[in-house]
Amino acid sequence: MTVADSHRAVEAVWRIESARVIAALARMTGDLALAEELAQDALVAALEEWPRKGVPDNPGAWLTLTAKHRAIDQFRRRDTYQRKLQEIGRDMELRQETAEAELDDALDDHIGDDLLRLVFTACHPALPAEGRLALTLRLLGGLSTAEIARAFLVPESTVGQRISRAKRTLTDKKIPIELPPPAELPNRLASILEVIYLIFNEGYAATAGDDWIRPSLCEEAMRLGRILAGLMPAEPEVHGLLALMELQASRIPARTARDGSPVLLLDQDRSRWDRLLLRRGLDALRRAEDLGTLGPYGLQAAIAACHARALKPEDTDWERIAALYRLLAHLTPSPIVELNRAVAVGMAYGPARGLELADALREERALRDYPHLPAVRGDLLAKLGRAEEAAAAFRHAAELTRNARERQVFQERAAALST
Amino acid sequence: MRYLTTLKVEAQPEGPPPADLMEAIFKLGQEATEAGALLHQSGLAPSSEGARIEVSGGRLTVSDGPFAEAKEMISYALYEVKTKEEAVEWASRFVKLHRDLWPGWEGQVDVLRLYSPEDFAPPA
Repeated sequence: MTVADSHRAVEAVWRIESARVIAALARMTGDLALAEELAQDALVAALEEWPRKGVPDNPGAWLTLTAKHRAIDQFRRRDTYQRKLQEIGRDMELRQETAEAELDDALDDHIGDDLLRLVFTACHPALPAEGRLALTLRLLGGLSTAEIARAFLVPESTVGQRISRAKRTLTDKKIPIELPPPAELPNRLASILEVIYLIFNEGYAATAGDDWIRPSLCEEAMRLGRILAGLMPAEPEVHGLLALMELQASRIPARTARDGSPVLLLDQDRSRWDRLLLRRGLDALRRAEDLGTLGPYGLQAAIAACHARALKPEDTDWERIAALYRLLAHLTPSPIVELNRAVAVGMAYGPARGLELADALREERALRDYPHLPAVRGDLLAKLGRAEEAAAAFRHAAELTRNARERQVFQERAAALST
Repeated sequence: MRYLTTLKVEAQPEGPPPADLMEAIFKLGQEATEAGALLHQSGLAPSSEGARIEVSGGRLTVSDGPFAEAKEMISYALYEVKTKEEAVEWASRFVKLHRDLWPGWEGQVDVLRLYSPEDFAPPA
């Protein structure tokens, strides 16, 4: 094995184990920044030692133990040693061995809880969204600053700053590394789900292009979703989000034409949908349904499932989709959801009914510059045979969009209707 | 990236696998699932329950198992990971369990990458 090979092997172990190592150290030290620093030190030690001595049989335990020893060294060296000992010993007078034994216990137990605490801390609402994103990918995804920067198309220094600022905020605001009290859980969980879905969408939005680094964010988000589903199996929205991501990701192979242009859902070659992800998504949705009422993510997954279950576009159960959008609009009222509902209603009950809903949105300020409102209206008007109005709507949509390819599509439809 | 790993056994002691091993395999599978890496896995029934379809010299033949193979394929797993080394690490952990908990067992795991959309990406 060459040095490069064994470095890659160490990195693989790091990616599998780092979140747990950091989580255990964070609990032990009560300090996220320090925990990451210690874990990184252990990684450096592994990179030095494993290529010479071989990868140990239990590499995760090796990393944790090494990090723990460094923690003890650090405490000894720093004047915080006594304070830390007291904190760990809960104000008891302690000899060093007792402290180490306690550290051992602290590291051995509750691995799952440790990880969950780490998730909740990295996604704390006190941090700005971008800080939460970067910190989560770094601490739980084991991604390097450079990888995160590449995925989000921002300079590495920016990501570095976001991460260190987030860690500083956690320290300055004395945010404890702990599970939130039950009353706060729904809010805090919402923040975690939001972060994971933001990561997913960052990748998904890019899947119709030729940039394949960003789509790997989808895999990362799904991995985080699966970890969370393992940690909080009783929360329906966790399974709902996972279902939504797996169902959407199942379409990735069909979303792009050979020339790189995006293919809309109803035009996609469904035989290219990823059956494995599709089935996993439906399974996760079923788990969410079994656990109780669907939340916003579960409902969106249920809508995605209607498409997934239809072998041909014309088999789509639009009535069910329209009903699900109605529930979604009730839970999370938004003009975008309402516009989607208009499309579904148009498919289920005819273009006139859909147009009624879409027209009602024309006064909506949030949609004033939203190209898809006139595009949807154009489509419905065309179906109703009102060609002139439809062409005008598509021209309007073409003016509003900033996406060149989309503009071309809208202009073509307008032209076809004007002749 | 997705990797398919297949386990083939070369030699194994008489009798069923030790309970310790089965439990350890279950635990590892759970760990890999919770790490978000393991998408699917299953054991494979002996080839005596399967069939083989072969084209040779332009002739298509279907034959029932068992196939005379020194190595019987006994299970597979499907991982989604970031690098090949990660798939190799999970597979190594799986094989180590056999080594440590079933003396006399010999076998091999093949790690194969599955093609995915990026392999067919339009030229940049």
